[in-house]
Amino acid sequence: MSLPVTILSGYLGAGKTTLVNQMLRHAQGRRFAVMVNEFGDLPIDADLIEAEGDDLIALAGGCVCCSYGDDLMAALAQMAAMRPAPDHVILEASGVALPGAIAASLGLVSGIETTGVIVLADAAQIEASLANDYISDTVARQLKAADLVVLTKGDLAGADAVAQAGTTVTRLAGDATVIRADHGRVPVEIILNPLRIALPDIGAPHGSGQGLVTSVEVPDKPLDAETYAKDLANRADVIRAKGHVQTATGLKTVQIVGAQWDVSPAPENAQPGVVVIRLQDHVEA
Amino acid sequence: MITIYNARKIITMNPAHAHTTHVAVRDGKILGTGSLEDLQGWGDYTLDERFADKVLMPGLIEAHSHLMEGSLWAYTYVGFFDRMAPDGQMQQGCKNLDDVLARMKKAEAKIEDPDAPMPAWSLDPIYFGNERVTRHDLDKISATRPIGIMHASGHIMNVNTKALELAGMLRTGVNHDGVPLGADGLPLGELKGPDVMTPVSPFVGFDRDMLNCDEAGMWKFGQLCVRAGVTTATDLANKLPPDVVDLMGRVTGNKKYPARVVSLRFHHGVSPEDLITHAEALKLKSTDMMRLGKIKVIVDGSIQGFSARLREPGYYNGAPNGLWYISPEHLAYIVEKSLEKGIHINTHTNGDQATQLVIETMTEALKKHPSPDHRFTLQHCQLADVAQFRKIAKLGMCVNLFANHHFYWGDQHYALTVGPERAERMNACATALRMGVPMAIHSDAPITPLAPLFTGWCAVNRLTASGRTLGEAEKISVADALYAITLGAAYTLHLDQEVGSIEAGKRADFAVLEDDPEEIGGDKLKDVRVWGTVQGGRIFAVDDL
Repeated sequence: MSLPVTILSGYLGAGKTTLVNQMLRHAQGRRFAVMVNEFGDLPIDADLIEAEGDDLIALAGGCVCCSYGDDLMAALAQMAAMRPAPDHVILEASGVALPGAIAASLGLVSGIETTGVIVLADAAQIEASLANDYISDTVARQLKAADLVVLTKGDLAGADAVAQAGTTVTRLAGDATVIRADHGRVPVEIILNPLRIALPDIGAPHGSGQGLVTSVEVPDKPLDAETYAKDLANRADVIRAKGHVQTATGLKTVQIVGAQWDVSPAPENAQPGVVVIRLQDHVEA
Repeated sequence: MITIYNARKIITMNPAHAHTTHVAVRDGKILGTGSLEDLQGWGDYTLDERFADKVLMPGLIEAHSHLMEGSLWAYTYVGFFDRMAPDGQMQQGCKNLDDVLARMKKAEAKIEDPDAPMPAWSLDPIYFGNERVTRHDLDKISATRPIGIMHASGHIMNVNTKALELAGMLRTGVNHDGVPLGADGLPLGELKGPDVMTPVSPFVGFDRDMLNCDEAGMWKFGQLCVRAGVTTATDLANKLPPDVVDLMGRVTGNKKYPARVVSLRFHHGVSPEDLITHAEALKLKSTDMMRLGKIKVIVDGSIQGFSARLREPGYYNGAPNGLWYISPEHLAYIVEKSLEKGIHINTHTNGDQATQLVIETMTEALKKHPSPDHRFTLQHCQLADVAQFRKIAKLGMCVNLFANHHFYWGDQHYALTVGPERAERMNACATALRMGVPMAIHSDAPITPLAPLFTGWCAVNRLTASGRTLGEAEKISVADALYAITLGAAYTLHLDQEVGSIEAGKRADFAVLEDDPEEIGGDKLKDVRVWGTVQGGRIFAVDDL
């Protein structure tokens, strides 16, 4: 089994700390391992901390936080060797690191699977960052590598700034999903399973964190998995779904990514239930 | 107990008294220089005539090296150029891949444990017509033992099949720019860039914490210092955890250790706040022979690795701009706090954009914390132009330029990285001096060999390995080069009141030379023979090492 890793990127002040704390508060039983560049950069909310060791902080709910300093690979190997293994690693990249390069490097390590690159952008700061001679190309390269961009601090930036930032970021982020979310309020599922939705360049964010709806469907009787998956994939508001459904020939795993779908035999011990993530504000074009 | 040494010539670096014949030493410090009559007034003395036919200079100062230079000699050297090992044996350069493989095969046969990894270093296929080295080549040395060869630049590594296997990388589907694949879809064993080296390097015996130094490596480093006439050397990037500080204190405190070590805490892996706190705590642990409390901040990458941050017009071959290793905000914090607290900062900048960031950051920080004598030093600072040197001078900053780079990589800079015009201005020693910037020059050992007289030769001649003169206008005089490797270097380290010249009150640190560097000619400066050193009054002869 590979250890899933989510890379959390974004320039200084983009809101990575807030998001991580929110995720820890809404872990819903998942044991996260949060890896930070240096402890000083990412203070975990004090009430979440249970015990502090030299190189590992024990957090509420079986989560941990460690600093990888200048040796990410060694720290990741340590995380992978932890027993019980964490359910998911959240890797907070430094403000100037290129998440695409980190993802490429993680691809070299067996037993680790990068499930997504999340890039945060401060709606009030992003234009200035992109106009700064020193860091503009770094910030642009971060956005380009994103699977999901979260436009943060919109409540502070004001509507005009958010609109402009949304346009800019969507242009730079390729086919990544771009959503707006303040105070780290993004459903954990979306962070853990981000997807590139390859929408045509609509020049605006694709939805808001609060507007994204996550629901769990448990069909009450056996059904045809292919038909079920295809129907979900055909719905324009569904951006992702994953789970297991009962069929006449046993439990099947269904996966929907945008308009693509896939059905496979379910792993042992799988429980029926499908997590569906959709855009609440979606308007049919 | 006073000892008076006479010499054929003493080059003092004291302009009031540039050349003399006698120096009086008591308790490791200099009482004075002059004629024997001038010095007799100090009282009873012993006249030591062992240097009667030698030339004495202030002990040379290597202002940018790493103790790792000593540690690497535990591994097989396969560099293109002849290189002096700590034990004094000249290691012949490997002139082609067959030489490399033959040298390694021979060394491999001597390793008893069949599973022990075999690390080697300083490979430079650039000089083999850029012939690609693959895992299949290295498998000829051993197919069962993991083998890794670090390139001279430190940015690329070649490994064999066994090493890839152990690292879990002998598989298809590897998708990374730094990992070229063969026709079979499997990695060829060439690992380009630190990101792709680190998953494999522990399996081939390159310790993750090599920059931290080890006891045997430190002693070898000391031997190299004596051979090069060096009495003070820097260890420019160390995390300096407590056990390393203890080790370094113990080794440098040994009466037989020949070099003063100035070790800098580098900024990686620690928050800016903790970095400042650590540097302050380290300063209190300083001794005469181990100087701590300075900070090294790595701002960008390297030019030959295309990771340096360049201004327009960027890389000559069109490569995208390089990487920041620190955010401008964190840099500003460290610089401001250090000015406020009197901590000495050294910034690694290779590209001119990185240098510009430091210049602008310092400009603002000095408004908040005016500081008349901070001497913050730009390390490498290879691509700085005239306007930048002008600014650097006004800010009270120093530079430590990478003169050796021209010889080893100048041809590549000319052809590939920055192109002819900027390759000619790289490491612009003459401009720095003309603009009044205090200047040192360095080797960055182990990247290039620890040998300040060779570094001086590089700055005087600006020759590349292929024989091209790169930047006629930036050549400096022998006198300026000798100053740069003594008092110039001492100034950048805030040590000019203690070392760097031979004059009353300073440490009795001398380079003892067989030849006169002022007379031998600039084109032969690298050939000056070193008899040994005197460090704090203690005598270290190369022959006794």
